[in-house]
Amino acid sequence: MHGISMDKESTTIATLELRDVRKLYGATAAVDGVNLTLKRGEFLTFLGPSGSGKTTTLAMVAGLQTPTSGRIILDGQPLDPLPPYRRNIGMVFQHYALFPHMTVAKNIAFPLEMRKIDGEERKRRVAEALRLVGLPDFGDRFPNQLSGGQQQRVALARAMVFQPPLLLMDEPLGALDKKLREQMQLEILRLHRDLGMSILYVTHDQEEALVMSDRIAVFNDGRIQQIGSAEELYERPISRFVAGFLGESNMIRGKVVALDSGDCVLESRHGRLRAFNTAKLKTGDQAVVAVRPERLTITDPSIERENLVKGRVVEVIYLGQSRKYVLKTEDNAEMTVLQQAQDAEKHSINPGDEICLEWRGRESNALAAEG
Amino acid sequence: MISGARYGGELFWSRLRAVICILAVLYLVAPLIIVLIISFSSAPFLTFPPPGFSMQWYQNLFGDPTWFGSLLTSVKILVPTAIIATAIGTAASYGLARSNFIGKPLVTGFLMAPMVVPVIIVAIGVFGVFRKVGLFGNLSGLIIAHTVLTVPYVVATVSAALTVVDQRLEQAAMTLGATPLVTFRRITLPLILPAILSGLLFAMVISFDELVVSLFISTPTVRPVTVQMWSNIRGAVDPTIAAVATIIFLFSLLALVADIIARKRTRLES
Repeated sequence: MHGISMDKESTTIATLELRDVRKLYGATAAVDGVNLTLKRGEFLTFLGPSGSGKTTTLAMVAGLQTPTSGRIILDGQPLDPLPPYRRNIGMVFQHYALFPHMTVAKNIAFPLEMRKIDGEERKRRVAEALRLVGLPDFGDRFPNQLSGGQQQRVALARAMVFQPPLLLMDEPLGALDKKLREQMQLEILRLHRDLGMSILYVTHDQEEALVMSDRIAVFNDGRIQQIGSAEELYERPISRFVAGFLGESNMIRGKVVALDSGDCVLESRHGRLRAFNTAKLKTGDQAVVAVRPERLTITDPSIERENLVKGRVVEVIYLGQSRKYVLKTEDNAEMTVLQQAQDAEKHSINPGDEICLEWRGRESNALAAEG
Repeated sequence: MISGARYGGELFWSRLRAVICILAVLYLVAPLIIVLIISFSSAPFLTFPPPGFSMQWYQNLFGDPTWFGSLLTSVKILVPTAIIATAIGTAASYGLARSNFIGKPLVTGFLMAPMVVPVIIVAIGVFGVFRKVGLFGNLSGLIIAHTVLTVPYVVATVSAALTVVDQRLEQAAMTLGATPLVTFRRITLPLILPAILSGLLFAMVISFDELVVSLFISTPTVRPVTVQMWSNIRGAVDPTIAAVATIIFLFSLLALVADIIARKRTRLES
């Protein structure tokens, strides 16, 4: 637990590499060609719906599943020939997987015992790990005497106590209630900062992914759809799936009629639209413009211009710090607008009102209509 | 008023149910109680109610070399049988629970077969084969035959326990550095130990109680107590047989109690 803080220099060294990793179950591919590089000390999150291959990928890194093809390399060493117990990778399981017949201290001491670390050193490290997760006096309890959050901390302590260079976490907060989950997110981040280990984190909770990660890999159908920082993924999703899965997006169909200095100009039922050419579309492509609800502003429709959509308000949802309006456009498509409370209170909008929306082209993304 | 009448009706039915249950239990237990009482009879033949109390049949059981010898033979069979069956049954359960291979249902069925196949069929088969390979009329043969008969009971109890043990515990142990063998010894085994003990007790009781197969492959020199009872009851019947029955009954009861205690302890732990 000491002295693992990393200097700037070594943060560029790759610790984990997945090269074209595949896992087939019969004829169906659970994981279908995953490539990624995890940098030392990086917090990388696998985000995706259930069955998208993220947990299977994690299990292959841990050695609990064998890839059908491809290679997994940790610090330059291929992991594939190593059984899980020789990989020296910490893993936190979804339901903690604490040994019910052992005390908390025995649970945490288990990996040390396996590494023949005995006596005072073992005791010291267990105490240190317990202190680190905020449970210094819980060593003599049994797991079933702890709350879910406490069990999660013990699982975390057990996975870190042997100082693995890489920590895998499989939806570790999935069983906790919202408040506890948010608290644990911050604690995991603190531990990550303090100890500097690389973390692969699996979740289907996009908010969790946004809060915690250095980078996010969005999984779908056994593939990484996009990998990047939270901001990159949120502001510049390269596919409809990513735009729709991470946060909310309004999608407006259109056809690319021109390319203009990084932007697409599209023809749609709402007239001319302009959007950033995120998916590198060509003239003539069928496309959608994806625009976030909070990028839409309510505007005056009198002057014809680009990126203008008219619609009728069908629902007003009060969200405390903001208001959400659901609109039906002329072609009967649904759109949502998010306004901060202060802006929303300037003009009262009620169901049935006809309003007009606009947005800046650069703040929307032109994406392929399919996929 | 209506609810009161309904309540009264429910009371009637619940009382009737209690009475039926008690009668059913009496019906099941009565023969055992009668045998238990006869074993302390002072009469030299099986009669109920006994004319007086005596311990002579227990004295006879432990004093008579034929009776005591057969009791000893039974113990010599049941102890190794239970140990071997538990080892084999546990290993088989673990293998079946934690792996997937072609023909797994076949192997399972094969292991469990002695539980479903009529004992007499097993007995005839065992008789035919054992005579040829020199396992007829000796302890080894009886131990092997009893092991075959008791393995399914161990497999049944241990398999049930293994499905309850979360496989992620084993996976977690492995990611923490435990080899499969260490994982089994430190994680799986402690968690299924009550079931293993339960299987062991079952195996002992079933071996102790086994008659049909033993009848086929035992000889007057190597004769378990059940076979001795069988031959005794067809000749001069005296209450010694009731004393033996009582001992077998008490042994089963003891095993049952031990099993209940073991189960209770597991529940407290998990």
